[in-house]
Amino acid sequence: MAQIELDGIERVFRLGDSEVHALRGLSVSIDAGEYVAVMGPSGSGKSTLLNLLGLLDRPNAGHYRLEGRDVTTLSADEQAEVRRARIGFVFQSFHLVPRLSAAENIGLPLVLAGLPPDERARRVAQALKDFGLEARASHRPDELSGGQRQRVAIARATIMRPAMLLADEPTGNLDRATGQEVTALLEGLNAAGTTLIVVTHDPVMGARARRQLLMEDGELRHDVRAEPAPTAPAVPVAPR
Amino acid sequence: MTPADTLRFASRAALGYPLRTALMVLAMAIGVAAVVVLTALGDGARRYVVEQFASLGANLIIVLPGRTETGGVNPGSFITSTPRDLTVADAEALLRAPLVTRIAPLTLGNSEVSVGGKLREVLVLGTGADYAGIRNYRVAQGQFLPRDDPGRAASVAVIGDTLRRELFGNETAIGRVLRVGDTRLRVIGIMAPSGQGLGMNTDELVIVPVATAQAMFNTNTLFRIMVEVRSREALGPAQRELEKILRARRDGELDVTLITQDAVLGTFDRILGALTLGVAGIAAISLAVAGILVMNVMLVAVTQRTGEIGLLKALGATGRNIRLAFLTEAALLSLAGAIVGFALGHVGAWGIRLAYPVLPAWPPNWAVIAALATALGTGVLFGVMPARRAARLDPVQALMKR
Repeated sequence: MAQIELDGIERVFRLGDSEVHALRGLSVSIDAGEYVAVMGPSGSGKSTLLNLLGLLDRPNAGHYRLEGRDVTTLSADEQAEVRRARIGFVFQSFHLVPRLSAAENIGLPLVLAGLPPDERARRVAQALKDFGLEARASHRPDELSGGQRQRVAIARATIMRPAMLLADEPTGNLDRATGQEVTALLEGLNAAGTTLIVVTHDPVMGARARRQLLMEDGELRHDVRAEPAPTAPAVPVAPR
Repeated sequence: MTPADTLRFASRAALGYPLRTALMVLAMAIGVAAVVVLTALGDGARRYVVEQFASLGANLIIVLPGRTETGGVNPGSFITSTPRDLTVADAEALLRAPLVTRIAPLTLGNSEVSVGGKLREVLVLGTGADYAGIRNYRVAQGQFLPRDDPGRAASVAVIGDTLRRELFGNETAIGRVLRVGDTRLRVIGIMAPSGQGLGMNTDELVIVPVATAQAMFNTNTLFRIMVEVRSREALGPAQRELEKILRARRDGELDVTLITQDAVLGTFDRILGALTLGVAGIAAISLAVAGILVMNVMLVAVTQRTGEIGLLKALGATGRNIRLAFLTEAALLSLAGAIVGFALGHVGAWGIRLAYPVLPAWPPNWAVIAALATALGTGVLFGVMPARRAARLDPVQALMKR
């Protein structure tokens, strides 16, 4: 059973009296532990897809099964619970809470989950160590470099040990060297078993993924698997 | 999210914007302080008046000759036009009423007092031994009027403190003789300085036995009779007893007026109490304004922190988590404002007491509690709408904002 199964997903935005089809009849399935890059021009529906996968948005039609469970019918609070436990987000602009220290930012999901303070402290300390942020624990985001901020964000995204990590242009605000560092970090997490789905403009970063989804006008144009065997490179899997 | 975490998160959020929080707290504090200070002022005035009246004795009935008509013309008004005098015998008769504890007949007149070469105009009060007790006057030296037969005109006098100083200076006054009009009187007591008070001031008074005064002024009427009854509750029944006795003594006609201290006191109490309430109401408007300010500030906070709210939702915060966090923040702002305002208000009341020591300007407890409750209530009430708005934000839209 695939970890993520999208079946006939439609997402329509209404702008004034015109309708914009952000996603049209999208069907795709992603297995646990995959490394997927979602690529395509602006307005192709990449971000909408990511929001749907992260349960931040609901499709107008179609079904989304996460780990075999249809999550499109869940209530907002139930979806929040799924997000909390199973999904980690990494954003282009980091989205750290400016008044909280690095350690507090990392611990935020644990606070929201209502974990006891000593358990929280233990896990945050471990995360700080894993991501090399021990010296920066009490620094606030404005006292951190871009790379450090994104490391804090990734530590926060993974502290609940989610099944999948959704990254929206994770290197978009970083210079090349720091970007590579962050990419390596994400790939390391993927190698440890977390499903990694990255939305990116950057063809270099996209090429590193073992599977690429090419979006255009809300449709999936190409589904390319670089490994293990390059099947027909440009086969539209879900035409309509 | 545990309550402790919600509280910590909300307080961190409030402290994250110190200027905004300080201004908000100040606005709420001014509202609360206004209520505290203004009610302190209003209640201080009420207490001042009530205390002044109470110092006259709260369970007194004053009998004065003549009837005060308040019911328009009645048959009685055509029968007699001149009221009968009030006499010492009337006063004696009133003591027979079971609820009456003490009485003091009062005769008043102006005269000249002279000692050695010194001469001055004084008010002479003729009364009985119980007068000091009824009015709570204290005798500083010597004794008050002796408990004599009220018909006996003893040649003794008790004088006020100012009079003693002016007539005798630093010399001993007790046992000295002074001349009031044509009568020579021996000083047997000095009244303690009475400070200030409504009505008569004992400091410049010569107090003599009622018979002495009547002889002095060649009269046998009384100016007033002061009647002390057992308790404040007994005022009503006692008044009816007195009316019955007096009616019997005056051929069935009640041509005297009975005034209870309580009625006057009650009226003042009510008027000034209503005034305090009104002032508190006006001050409460500032609390309502502060409440609306809380709403405004919280709405700005929601807009300001839209990105953060989106993030919290992405991290798995439920609508309830976010609602509670914002509501807690509003409550904290109001609470801080209420506490600061409470302190400010007490400082203000203290300042008033310092500037006007006679005014017991203490804010009444009901006003303080009402002010604090209103502050918290409005803060939370006006915090609900912004909190709901925050909880309802669409996470995708919210995350796009920075």
